[in-house]
Amino acid sequence: MMSRTALDLWVGIFVAIGFAALAFLAFKVANFSALNASETYRIEAPFDNIGGLKVRAPVKSAGVLIGRVQAIRFDSDSYRALVQMEIDKRFEFPADSSASILTSGLLGEQYIGLDAGADVEPLKDGDRVLLTQSAVVLEKLIGQFLFDKAAAPAAQ
Amino acid sequence: MANTDDRAPPLVSLRDVHFAYGERSVLSGIDLNVHRGQVVAIMGGSGCGKTTLLRLIGGQLKASAGVVEVDGQDVGKLGGSALYALRRRMGMLFQFGALFTDMSVFDNVAFPLREHTDLSPAVISDLVLMKLQAVGLRGAAGLRPGELSGGMARRVALARAVALDPMLVLYDEPFAGLDPISLAIVGQLIRRLNDALGASSIMVTHDVHESLEIVDYLYFVADGRIVARGTPDEIRASSDPFVHQFVNAEADGPVPFHYPAPPIDSLLDVRLP
Amino acid sequence: MNGLIAGIVGGLRHIGELTINGIWRLGFITRFLFAVLLASGQSLRRIHLTIRELFFSGVLSLLIITVSGLFVGLVLGLQGYDILQRYGSADAVGVMVALSLLRELGPVIAGLLFASRAGSAITAEIGLMKTTEQLKAMDMMAVDPLARVVAPRFWAGVLAMPLLAALFSAMGIFGGWLITVVVIGVDDGAFWSQMQATVEFEYDVLNGVIKSFVFGVVVSLIAVFEGYDCKPTAEGVSRAITRTVVTSALVILALDFVLTSFMFRG
Repeated sequence: MMSRTALDLWVGIFVAIGFAALAFLAFKVANFSALNASETYRIEAPFDNIGGLKVRAPVKSAGVLIGRVQAIRFDSDSYRALVQMEIDKRFEFPADSSASILTSGLLGEQYIGLDAGADVEPLKDGDRVLLTQSAVVLEKLIGQFLFDKAAAPAAQ
Repeated sequence: MANTDDRAPPLVSLRDVHFAYGERSVLSGIDLNVHRGQVVAIMGGSGCGKTTLLRLIGGQLKASAGVVEVDGQDVGKLGGSALYALRRRMGMLFQFGALFTDMSVFDNVAFPLREHTDLSPAVISDLVLMKLQAVGLRGAAGLRPGELSGGMARRVALARAVALDPMLVLYDEPFAGLDPISLAIVGQLIRRLNDALGASSIMVTHDVHESLEIVDYLYFVADGRIVARGTPDEIRASSDPFVHQFVNAEADGPVPFHYPAPPIDSLLDVRLP
Repeated sequence: MNGLIAGIVGGLRHIGELTINGIWRLGFITRFLFAVLLASGQSLRRIHLTIRELFFSGVLSLLIITVSGLFVGLVLGLQGYDILQRYGSADAVGVMVALSLLRELGPVIAGLLFASRAGSAITAEIGLMKTTEQLKAMDMMAVDPLARVVAPRFWAGVLAMPLLAALFSAMGIFGGWLITVVVIGVDDGAFWSQMQATVEFEYDVLNGVIKSFVFGVVVSLIAVFEGYDCKPTAEGVSRAITRTVVTSALVILALDFVLTSFMFRG
């Protein structure tokens, strides 16, 4: 049996290693400090079609992560999708900013791109982004393309 | 031999105690008294319920009927902390010592002191070495239980059982599996420690000769009943057939050699003409 | 015909028996858990009891957790790279390694290793103490074995498990980095930045920690229970050890599914 102090030392080392691993996961792997620690405000945006957008998808502006999609629901009055986003408090956007659903790469995940407008008033908690552009749905695009092709010779 | 005052209330008293494991009756109608200062042996064959009797006194089991009293308290009615308070004044030696295998001999004997007293390490050390000295194993304080012989382990367990100077010490088969020398040593220690501490001792055993040497009183248990009782001299002089069979180690007698079975003739396939 | 019916009835009876037995055991283990929790005051007040057990369940598991984590990370890195480079997204290998470790493999494999390394040792130790009447002796010395023997081992397991799982995940990510960045040549910056952009602390890391905590409670409970409940014979102890490992593995995998379906539905 080892002495009490040696035992305490080993357990201390064990706990230190465990917490070091946790810190590594939090700061090096998950980038704990970037967004999660700061406060957020909430905005929402209606879309005609959200395509494959998922809850927790990133919200980016100029390619930089500024927030995440918090909830998606269907508005039965306007028959549109309402997307709720949480935006980092450090980033302010003009009230007439526009949101569009974009795809990273050809087949990558979908995210929301926020483009700044020119208004002096900023977007506040609970505000709604009015200018939106829906997701590009590949099937519709192809359908549209085929329809145009078919219609073009008939017009001539 | 210790003075026994029969007028003082007994330290341990069992009155009409019954006990059953489910359907199987183990003890039926046991009456037994242990007076202060006495060493009492409970004897009987293997599986006759004598260990159960010890567990009833220690409060590990509760009697189905009857009263088990230790120092005026009804053990069966005690719960939780009251039972633990009573057990602090009892010591028990288990059949094979039951020493804690992850502690040294010293720590084993110190265990009850550290758990139940606020004594300083220096005082505990002195007490432990005194107890070990009493059983002749002060030199073995640093050993681990695995390094001890059976007899030494039993003596360490004895030192641990009396660490808190109990009023009552229970012994479960203290002589089982010991060579004759260790057996005699343990027997003498039981008697000496009992008298030195002014305690009372109850031991459950089937070693009749060693017991006759050291105890004040014997009970014989068979089939869950007390079949004979008396001082060693009375037992030696007894004409009771069970006691006679037991003391003289006869194979057949009131305790039959054969387990109950139909006559063997009816089972033999080959019939003699 | 009668034989067939008798066989079916017998089979049904057997199933019923197993079910009742299982439910009875579940109730028993729940009661045991409450008894251990009630007896836990001492293991917190006398913290060195728990620290001692942390040494046995934590420190002695360090090596196996570190080495296994590293190897699992290496394999994940290799396989992930092989699959992802076909779609031209080899940079995402860091994300894949990190997410699979944090969400699933870290807690689950660490839990399985913990059950077979520390859990079996706890069961063996308590089972042996029971077999040699050490627990009864303690009880007769007015020391509650639940408080003195069982509770410290339980709490040490509960504390050790999340740390071990975190270490496993960290070692795995390190292993994935080693094979893909150092050996294969994936870009170091892309490896980490993609990972950091995708992995979320509250979602991925924290849920993994919660999982490993739950597994720690379950494995420790099973280990101490099987030891405390075993038949006091050599055979009984060896059976109890087997049961600890098998039951823990099954419960970890089943609970992992349940937890995943609650945690990661987005």
